[in-house]
Amino acid sequence: MVLNKRHEIYSVDGLSLRFVCYFFVTIFALLCLFPFILMITSSFMTESEIITEGFKIFPKKVSASAYKFLLNNPQKILNAYKVSIFITIVGTSVGLFFMSMAGYVLNRRDFRYRNFFAFFLYFTTLFSGGLIPSYILMVRILHLKNSMLAMILPGLMSSWSIFLMRNFMKSIPDSLYESATIDGAGPFRIYLQVYMPLSIPALATIGLFQALGYWNEWYNAMLYIESANKFPLQYFLQKMINQTNVQQLIKQGIVIDVSELPTQSIKMATAVVATGPIILLYPFIQRYFISGLTLGAVKG
Amino acid sequence: MGKAITHIKTNWQNFKHEIKKNKVLFLMILPIVVYFVVFHYLPMPGAYIAFVNYNISKGIFGSEFVGLRNFRFLIGNGDLWRITRNTLLYNFVFLNLGNLFQIALAVMISEISSKWYKKLSQSVILLPHFISMVIVGVFAYNMFNYDYGFANTILTSLGMERHEFYSDAGIWKYIIVFFNIWKGTGYGMIIYLSAITGINRELYESAYIDGASQWKRIRYITIPMLKPTFILLLLFGLGGILRGSFDLFYNLIGTNSVLYPQTDIIDTYVFRSLLGQFNLPLGAAVGFYQSIFGLIVVLTVNHIVKKIEPDYALF
Repeated sequence: MVLNKRHEIYSVDGLSLRFVCYFFVTIFALLCLFPFILMITSSFMTESEIITEGFKIFPKKVSASAYKFLLNNPQKILNAYKVSIFITIVGTSVGLFFMSMAGYVLNRRDFRYRNFFAFFLYFTTLFSGGLIPSYILMVRILHLKNSMLAMILPGLMSSWSIFLMRNFMKSIPDSLYESATIDGAGPFRIYLQVYMPLSIPALATIGLFQALGYWNEWYNAMLYIESANKFPLQYFLQKMINQTNVQQLIKQGIVIDVSELPTQSIKMATAVVATGPIILLYPFIQRYFISGLTLGAVKG
Repeated sequence: MGKAITHIKTNWQNFKHEIKKNKVLFLMILPIVVYFVVFHYLPMPGAYIAFVNYNISKGIFGSEFVGLRNFRFLIGNGDLWRITRNTLLYNFVFLNLGNLFQIALAVMISEISSKWYKKLSQSVILLPHFISMVIVGVFAYNMFNYDYGFANTILTSLGMERHEFYSDAGIWKYIIVFFNIWKGTGYGMIIYLSAITGINRELYESAYIDGASQWKRIRYITIPMLKPTFILLLLFGLGGILRGSFDLFYNLIGTNSVLYPQTDIIDTYVFRSLLGQFNLPLGAAVGFYQSIFGLIVVLTVNHIVKKIEPDYALF
C-alpha cells in the first residue's frame, strides 16, 4: 500500500511539522551560504568604502578593481595555482594506483596473510609516533625540507581509503576472478583488466577525497616549504591574509605600489579565486562524494 | 622452548612458501607496506625523544636519557592539564552538538516532500565540507576583523562601539564551535540521511494505518532506527577524543597568544613546541601522552561496547 500523500498534507499536524522542517532547513542552508556570499560581496567593494564602513553584504558601490589588480599581477597567484595543480594530479594518481592495488590484494581469499596486513595498516590509526618524530624523519632522515615531495608524500595513502577500496571489491563476484584465472590471466592482469573497470565508482570517490585533500593542502607546506615559489594556493592565501603590513605584501609580490591599493578587497578576491574551482566543480563532484560516504559507512 | 622454536620455524617456512606461491600479490602490496613502514612505523621509536635531553648533534638515541623529567615539567607548570582539559571539552561539545545538528537536519530534510528542494538544501549544507580551513580563517577575518569586519560594520551602523574580537578570549570558544558545526554538519547529515533511506517503508505505512501522527512516526520509528549509526559515529568520535582539530584552531587563532588560555589544545601546543619554541622533547612528550591515552581510550571503549553490544564493536 502506498501512503496517501495528499491526505497527509491536509492534516493540521502534518502541515505544521512540515513547515517547521522547511523553515529550519532553509535557515541552516542560508547560514552555510552566508560566509561565501559575504566574501564575494566584500571582494567587489571599493577600498574606500571598506576602510570607512567595513565589509558589507550590500555595498553601496560595486567595483572590480581587486580582480583587475590580480589580472594585471598574476605571476604569484598563477604560480601557486601551478603548484596546487601539480601536487593534486601527482598525489591523486599515484596514491590511487597503489591503494587500489593494496585493496585488491587484501580482498583476495587465496592471500593467506591478508588479515595480518589489514591489521598492520589498521594499527597506524590507533597509535602514532606523533608530529615531532615525523618531522625529524622528514627533515633529517629523508631530507625533504623545501621539497615538493614533502607536500605529496604525507597524504599519499591512507588505511581508511584502502579499506574502502577492499570493501567495494568484496561486492565483485569471485567467479569473475576464477574464470579469468582459467583463461590464463595472472593476478596483476586481473586487477588491471577486470577489477579496475568494475571499481570505477570507488576509484572516483577515493580519487575525489585525495584530490580534495591535496587541493586544500597548506599544513605540510607550512611545516616544510620555505621558498615562496613552491607555496600551494591555500598556504599562499593564508600568508597573505595574516599579513598586516604592506611591506611584507610587497616582498611577497602581492602588492607592488603602496599608494591607493585595494589591499582589503584584494585579500577577499584572492580567497574567491582560490575557492573558485571547488565551487565550480562542486555540482559535478558531490554525488561521488555522497556515494563514497555511504560506501565508507560499511565498517572496515 | 623447543616446541616454540619449531613452531616459529614452520611458520617461517609457511611464509616463504606463501611468498613463492603468491609472488605477484606480495609484489603488489609491497609499495603500501614500504610506505606505511617509512611514514607510520619508523617515527614510532622516535617518540623516545620525549625521554631525553635532546642534543641535535648527538641525535635522538645518542642524547642523555632523563626519564620522566619532561612529563614532570609539563604537569608541574599546569600546561598538560590545561591543554588536556581544553581538548576534551572542545571535542565533547563538537561531538554532542555536532551529532544533534546532524540528526535534526537529516530528519528534517527527509521530511521535505519536494525532491528538488531536498537535493538543493542537502548540497548547500554539504558545501562547507569541501573548502579548506584556510578559507574558514578568511571568513573569520572577514567577519571579526577589528577595523573592517562585518560584525563591527553592523555594530557601528547601529551606533554601537566596535568590539575587539581578536583580543577577547571568551568569545572565541563560541566562534570555534560555530565554525566546527558549520563545516561538519553536512558530512554527518549525509550519513544519517542514508541510514534514514535504509529504513523499511512498510514500518511507516503500518504506523500510518494505526493512526500515528507524523511527529509520532519520527519519534518512534526514524529516531530509534538511527541508533546504530549514532553509536558508530560516537565511538569513532570517542576514539579521537584526545585528537584536536589543529587546522580549525590554527586558522582561527593562529599565533594570537592572548587567546591561548581558552583556545590552546594539545595539537597547537605540540606545533608551537616544534616551530615556535624549538623545544622538541617537550612537544614529543605531549604527543606521546596523546597517543598512549588515545589508544587506551579506544581499547577501553571498544572493550565495553563488545561486552554490552558486540555488533557495534569496532574490532
